[in-house]
Amino acid sequence: MAFLKRSPWILHYDASSCNGCDIEVLACLTPLYDVERFGIINTGNPKHADVFLITGGINEQNREVVKNIYEQMPEPKVVVAIGVCAASGGIFRECYNIVGGVDKVIPVDVYVPGCAARPEMIIDGVVTALGILEEKREKMAGAAQTKESARRAAGEST
Amino acid sequence: MTWTWLIGAVLFLILAPLAGGLIAGIDRKITARMQGRVGPPLLQPFYDVGKLFEKERVVVTTAQNFYVLAYLIFIALSGALFFAGGDLLLIVFAFTLAHVFLVLGAYAAHSPYSHIGAERELIQLMAYEPMIILAAVGLYMVTNSFFVADIATTAIPIILYLPGVFLGFVTILTIKLRKSPFDISTSHHAHQEIVKGITTEFSGSTLAQVEIAHWYENVFLLGFVYLFFAWNPIIGIIAVAVTYFAEIFVDNVTARVRWQAALKSGWVVAGALGILNLAILSYMMTGGA
Repeated sequence: MAFLKRSPWILHYDASSCNGCDIEVLACLTPLYDVERFGIINTGNPKHADVFLITGGINEQNREVVKNIYEQMPEPKVVVAIGVCAASGGIFRECYNIVGGVDKVIPVDVYVPGCAARPEMIIDGVVTALGILEEKREKMAGAAQTKESARRAAGEST
Repeated sequence: MTWTWLIGAVLFLILAPLAGGLIAGIDRKITARMQGRVGPPLLQPFYDVGKLFEKERVVVTTAQNFYVLAYLIFIALSGALFFAGGDLLLIVFAFTLAHVFLVLGAYAAHSPYSHIGAERELIQLMAYEPMIILAAVGLYMVTNSFFVADIATTAIPIILYLPGVFLGFVTILTIKLRKSPFDISTSHHAHQEIVKGITTEFSGSTLAQVEIAHWYENVFLLGFVYLFFAWNPIIGIIAVAVTYFAEIFVDNVTARVRWQAALKSGWVVAGALGILNLAILSYMMTGGA
């Protein structure tokens, strides 16, 4: 059963965005775009989240924070880097405190380009991420099944 | 001793999660429409819970799973006792015990947000408990029985004797349904205030159990509302629907209050509406004799 695709809960983190992309992410939740149509909920809790939206490049102070949030999210999970800063550091990439794009710290599944990324693009990025999320779930379920059957086979032989 | 009471309990255990999930879906749809949105599909709550069972089990303190399971079992038990026509006092106490388990589950995890949520849940418990007990006492004073089976089959229009108790019960129903203005422990709508309050540390199937328990709880509480109108089933069902719609409306038009105000509101309605109603009722009963 694929419930995951129908109920992706989002966690939004502002790494060091100028707030442009953040506003656009929040715009997706307003009545105009209403992403709750797709079962998307904005949770503030990594332990409840399936999709991790990051805006802005990573800086030296929050690289540990981003890693920590990512590790707290239960599998299966996807990361969507929103805006050009999250992809590469953008106009801030030469700054002394900027590490670079989000993929310098955690694996990224989908890059949404733009400065700022438009709500339509963000929704499109999240929908693409849902496909990847579903693949990951199938892989996880497959791995669990292999493990279970191996355990059963081992149990029967002993 | 007949076995008919068992049918009510079994039907509740099977059908209440379905009904509760549907009610939650309708709730989200109506809320979305009130906010000028399209809203999620009607079956969204089922997708959410199904999704939670598909997720990885991440547990820091395993004791919390036990407490949450106990919460689910005792909520289901109190609801089953209710629909089996059991003793209202026993039901109220089993119901309270269930929430104590939820609070213990939240305290088992080492998270400040979870602890704040647990404290607020205890405050909510203190806020609504007097009114629930007064409602049980009021129903007894009118029907001379604490048994739901007797109250549900009475020919007395209970609502006419207990209008104050009913209004008080509807007020604390807002706390119980985790709706604004009293949505302080789960922080359901103010997502990032205390992260997710009492459910912060629950994820995956544990969170799904909390959600299912909440569905059971909602059906049980709406059943309690029905008791006030039990003399006429049609009026009863309409009253339950109107009450729930009013709760959604209040949820959408009010801002959340602080815990002090939540506690005061719970006790003020218990004192002003509940006790006053019962005092007048008992005066009329003794005065008439």
